[in-house]
Amino acid sequence: FHLQEDIFREKNTTFFIQLSLMDKLLHNCPKEGHLHLILKSLMLANDREGISGPLDPSLIQRTDVLLVSPWLAPIVWEGTFNRDILNAQYRQKNFVVGVATFAVKKYVRFIEGFLGSANKFFLSGHRVNFYLFTDHPEKVPSINLAPEKRLFIIPVQNYSRWQDISMNRMDIISNHIHSHWRYEVDYLYSMDIDVQMFEHIGVEIIDTLVGTISSWQYTKPRDSNSYERHPESRAAIPHGEGDFYYAASFYGGSVSEVYKLTTACFKGVTEDRANGIEAKWHEESHLNKYLLYHKPTRLLSPEYYWDEELIRPRIIRVKRLSSVRKDLQEVRF
Amino acid sequence: MFICDLNQDLNSSHQRYSKAKTLSSGLWKSFLNLKSFLFSYFSFRMIYTKPQILKRSDVLMMTPWFAPIVWEGTYNSEILNEQFRQRNVTVGLTVFAIKKYVVFLKTFLETAETYFMVGHRVNYYIFTDRPEEVPKVALKEGRNVVVLQVQNYPRWQEISMRRMEMLSYFSQQRFINEVSYLVCVDVDMKFNDQVGVEILSDLFGTLHPGFYTAERRSFTYEHRPASQAYVPSDEGDFYYAGGFFGGTVTEVYKLTKKCHEAIMVDKANGIEAIWQEESHLNKYFLYHKPTKILSPEYLWDDNLGRPEILKKRRFLAVPKNHAAIRNK
Repeated sequence: FHLQEDIFREKNTTFFIQLSLMDKLLHNCPKEGHLHLILKSLMLANDREGISGPLDPSLIQRTDVLLVSPWLAPIVWEGTFNRDILNAQYRQKNFVVGVATFAVKKYVRFIEGFLGSANKFFLSGHRVNFYLFTDHPEKVPSINLAPEKRLFIIPVQNYSRWQDISMNRMDIISNHIHSHWRYEVDYLYSMDIDVQMFEHIGVEIIDTLVGTISSWQYTKPRDSNSYERHPESRAAIPHGEGDFYYAASFYGGSVSEVYKLTTACFKGVTEDRANGIEAKWHEESHLNKYLLYHKPTRLLSPEYYWDEELIRPRIIRVKRLSSVRKDLQEVRF
Repeated sequence: MFICDLNQDLNSSHQRYSKAKTLSSGLWKSFLNLKSFLFSYFSFRMIYTKPQILKRSDVLMMTPWFAPIVWEGTYNSEILNEQFRQRNVTVGLTVFAIKKYVVFLKTFLETAETYFMVGHRVNYYIFTDRPEEVPKVALKEGRNVVVLQVQNYPRWQEISMRRMEMLSYFSQQRFINEVSYLVCVDVDMKFNDQVGVEILSDLFGTLHPGFYTAERRSFTYEHRPASQAYVPSDEGDFYYAGGFFGGTVTEVYKLTKKCHEAIMVDKANGIEAIWQEESHLNKYFLYHKPTKILSPEYLWDDNLGRPEILKKRRFLAVPKNHAAIRNK
């Protein structure tokens, strides 16, 4: 197999990468024999909609990354799924997906790029409601959306501190689910506005509770610094605990699960504020605590939120969504 | 909150986690009330050793539609057990002991007590035409035997296929009110290793031990278009075993109802599928894909040997004399 040879070659020349990836995601090379036989036996079904033919070679199992979490939640990587089968299953159910995103103060400049690329690449062909919260509704550019996509512009107040803008999103989302969205959508995703999509993001993201593995953190062992560790904070995760580090830039799930998540996280934020403490990575710290004790039913690989600052390693075969290059000092203040 | 140092081994972590468990089970009863949900969120912790990087690179771990394939070494029992304990799940295990097949019940039940869903609530549903011959087996706490009297049929093929009808009837009548999940297995088997909550999902099937390395063309699907179980020769994901399937009661009801209806249509057309209800099951799973698939560890026959890929043999065929047992 092509795939196996590449891994062998890579193992020898990039030993240091292997060491760091080993802890979380890198498997040893597969043995011969059984893998070969099992793969040959995996011929994909035709659905009634009519996809026929032999196995698509890109769906040979990836052995360079972890495909399933220890609690048997699938981890979504390119080359592990067949979107045609998933679309056929999804279309029968007639779901509507909501996306909540916030463009406050200078972040309005990202709206056009976000909506333009999402219109093309996000759940293409399926019904999506974009809920755009902004303090400058007049600055939202007009964009021609595909017929099954709708845009709702919702005015929201800004705050002087960007950290507060970020953390209050949880509260706003929780309130809106309670008042409107539980009647309007089946699944809800929260996404950062300062991103662009380059590849299709489809129904493989739809599940009850979905978190994205952070592109900064996917190689680090459990003792990584990113969890909040001060016991005074509600987001604290003690040393020795933790599965993955999740990015707050893209998470979601069923409306009821996201409601529970955002309510719990914002409660943590509020209690921390009352105690004069702020978690290291703001609402992301609270999100990580929540997802540790309420494990996601599906995980998205860093393909689904890639930080543009980072060089893309080989295991990230496709960059579906990445942050837009920006000067953080300039845009936040 | 419990403070704990996780640089310890699995045994001591079990003690701490059972402490956390008793604290948690009361709290999770008021799950629906958001206020108490938030309270429980902040007091409850799950404590377990760090998930190992589960290194099975020799087997397929997930299907293209995101159904995990359950092999030893791909999951962490501690996490899964805790998740299912929180939900206070009851599992129904259905088994058919018709005519002479009652002789298998004793070993089946005794080994199930040792290995099946240990620590969780279980109802054994025993379908039999000879209720007085159901052996008394000592049961652990939270586990019950329910004997359901049903009719027998002269032919063993008929007995086998009528299981679908009986399962669909009782799912709707009874099981929906008593259990969250149904596990439907053959009786001429014994448990030999852990079969736990890692198998539970909305709809699951098991890879047939004789075909997990086979090419599609070798699968013994029903290939005659006249049968409702017909699968065209260029279609098919896996060959699933009729002896171990399950899911939520609703999903099992839909599956068994569909299969039973298909069997009756075939009967009216004077045709019987090549492997009886297993053929119909395979057709169903092709167009209603399972959300989880069990590896052949979960249904094995030692006559097939002990390949290296099989790290555990959890549920084994009991040797039997077909001529002596069937149709008697």
